[in-house]
Amino acid sequence: MNWRVWLPLMLFALFLGVAAYQLTQPKDDVVTSGMIGQELPYFELPPAHSENPGVTTADLRDGKPRLLNIWASWCLPCIAEAPQLEALKEQGAEIVGIAIRDDPEDVAQFLARHGNPYTRIGRDDLSEVQLGIGSSGVPETFVIDGNGVITYQHIGDIRADDVPVLLEKLREAGA
Amino acid sequence: MIAELGHAALWMAAALAVLQLVAGALGIRDGEREGIAILSRPAAILQGALAAFAFAALLWVFAITDLSVKLVAANSHSMKPMIFKLSGAWGNHEGSMLLWVTVMALAGALIAAVERRLPERTMQATLAAQGFVALGFYAFLLLSSNPFERLPIPAAEGQGLNPLLQDIGLAFHPPTLYFGYVGLSVAFSFAVGAMLTRAVTPDFARAMRPWVLGAWVLLTLGITAGSYWAYYELGWGGWWFWDPVENASLMPWLAATALLHSVSVLASRDALRVWTIMLGVIAFSMSMLGTFLVRSGVLTSVHAFAVDPERGSFILALLAIYIGGALLLFALRANSISEGERFSVASREGALVFNNVMLSAILAVVLLGTLYPLLTEAFDVRVSVGPPYFNPVSAIFALPMLAVMAVGPLLRWRRDSFGRISKELALIAAIIVAGLIFFALFEGVAILPLLGLALAIALGVASFLPLRGRNLRRLPVSVWGMVMAHFGIAVALFGMASESAFSNEKLAALEVGQSTQVGPWEVTLDGIEPVAGPNWTAIEGRMLASYKGGEPSEIAPQSRNFWAPPQQTTESVLLTRWNGQLYAVMGSEADDGRWQLRLWWKPFVTLIWYGGVLMALGGVLAIIGRVRRDLKRRSIRRKIEVRRADMEELR
Repeated sequence: MNWRVWLPLMLFALFLGVAAYQLTQPKDDVVTSGMIGQELPYFELPPAHSENPGVTTADLRDGKPRLLNIWASWCLPCIAEAPQLEALKEQGAEIVGIAIRDDPEDVAQFLARHGNPYTRIGRDDLSEVQLGIGSSGVPETFVIDGNGVITYQHIGDIRADDVPVLLEKLREAGA
Repeated sequence: MIAELGHAALWMAAALAVLQLVAGALGIRDGEREGIAILSRPAAILQGALAAFAFAALLWVFAITDLSVKLVAANSHSMKPMIFKLSGAWGNHEGSMLLWVTVMALAGALIAAVERRLPERTMQATLAAQGFVALGFYAFLLLSSNPFERLPIPAAEGQGLNPLLQDIGLAFHPPTLYFGYVGLSVAFSFAVGAMLTRAVTPDFARAMRPWVLGAWVLLTLGITAGSYWAYYELGWGGWWFWDPVENASLMPWLAATALLHSVSVLASRDALRVWTIMLGVIAFSMSMLGTFLVRSGVLTSVHAFAVDPERGSFILALLAIYIGGALLLFALRANSISEGERFSVASREGALVFNNVMLSAILAVVLLGTLYPLLTEAFDVRVSVGPPYFNPVSAIFALPMLAVMAVGPLLRWRRDSFGRISKELALIAAIIVAGLIFFALFEGVAILPLLGLALAIALGVASFLPLRGRNLRRLPVSVWGMVMAHFGIAVALFGMASESAFSNEKLAALEVGQSTQVGPWEVTLDGIEPVAGPNWTAIEGRMLASYKGGEPSEIAPQSRNFWAPPQQTTESVLLTRWNGQLYAVMGSEADDGRWQLRLWWKPFVTLIWYGGVLMALGGVLAIIGRVRRDLKRRSIRRKIEVRRADMEELR
């Protein structure tokens, strides 16, 4: 008896299980990070782009609430959310970016192509900061209040409907 | 009335599929041509006719824009050009499922009408499997997505078609892929039939081969066209994004490519029996899996047009029944199928097995990358897998595969030695080394494109080596097919590597009258004009592009606004020269009155798609060669029978 012939069936059963589970799960984007309400971990990231400075924890503790956008030039949904980030910037939000596992050349190309809404862009080559703040994918956007505390997390790309929500959360964080 | 007739035809076709299943099942049990089993073939033929009628009825209600039919009201518009009215019939979930089942029924009818090589029991089992698969789709259509559903009150006007989909290429792109998937469903049915009746023979492989080849040709064309569509329509300048939907079409292609080669080994050498059966099941699984991923919305994609979790559950259930059933059957029967003829490592079979393993590995890499987000999401971890994973990891397997592909066709069947072809090996190695050195002289060429360029040239030369020393006029057509398909891969590979090694990109903000440089091109913005089409208005940028200071050509990319439904799209312009393409995209107006332009110069990028077309042509040649040889064999057999009958009479 050759057990290997059962392998495809077992792998397929595993896939079926996962897919069936996923289908029954409601599609929600509000899985909150355990870091909400906590202070940012300490980090110092070098700049990912020649025109923007890098990011350190101290930059996010100067009293002004900001959006912290986790993205990457290789991520397709990030292209989709670029116009919304522009819209947020136009409505007065200050956006700090962290580029995940990225290459400065690709970052420059991406920004040239899709616009640069960021005041600062840090370079997180090993996803250390990403993991540290409880983000598990790109793109994600966090609201950081003036004291460096995470107050809100948006998972996935920002759609047009999400813009007012994020602005509201920023306003709350500023109060 | 027409809609109701179509609906009725569908029900009758479904009933015939049941008959096909029952007749086949009884045929397997009793092992005789007696009784109900004899109805298998007529049932399959009639089922094909009825499904075709139902699809014709759907085309008709779309052609006359019958707005009392829900599907027409939701997807069409009286103002649309006729060709897009017709393509609207399958440009939606219900219609595309009907198209799928129609083509599947027609394929079943065709094998029922012409396939006489296999034992009748195997044929009945195959038709039963085909009927069983079709039945699932009929159930899907009739129970959860009836394309002929009427509205209680006819709509005043249709709701249009997604303007991004209002494109001639896209009107024919999904059906091409569908036809390919259906070809694989026939291969699947053959595999199941052969497993059920334990008749995995070279005859079975010969019966299956044209369907695999046909499916492979259509998938190749479908992927090539889809990639070109994404390239010029999305306006992002890329030609492959490793998007789940693209992967969904690539995975069946990889499996079909492996199957195509293994079925050839089985047909001519009676080896690789289990492997061929397995790939037959996998290939169709991949096409159903692709359909599931695209339609269910479990993965986010730029291409997700028709997402619905309920339909996803239905497809998943079908997937569980068919693929789960086939894999179970495989597990039960695989041990009783012997491996067939033996061969040594240094042989044509050896090379084919190596490449089949590599293809399967690439398939596994793509499958894992595509499903990984799904898997991790189950543990509340969301990830996005992109090119940094797919490119290098698939290259690990693709590069050795391409190298072996250059050598494989030079080897003899069964047993050979590399010493016999040492001259050719040295030539191929020399070209690779020379290519590596030559292209390394250019600045900034990354390692993967560099290897790709060198391998492409070596493979291009090597693909013609099997012709050496043979009488070209007497060479079988199928060998020409192989040569052309392999050369097509070399051509496409060169295009891909060149695009990623030598592309130039420029984002410029120009005032009217200003110009900018990209690669060897100088582009001048001559003017900005508003233009209007049948259902859109656009801003058109009139530009003059001159290649190395030569005579300028006029180009006019547009940024279009559709109004039904409202949506903005870019109409990029491609200016093709023999050595590459200028790609121009019109952006929006900046605050200071300058206009944003995106320009690319992509050397040899067109070779990607020419290569794809060459591959498909090679596949067509192979089909012609195989079918012609089959017909010849059949007519000889008939002549022998006639002569034998004459002899009997004389006695």
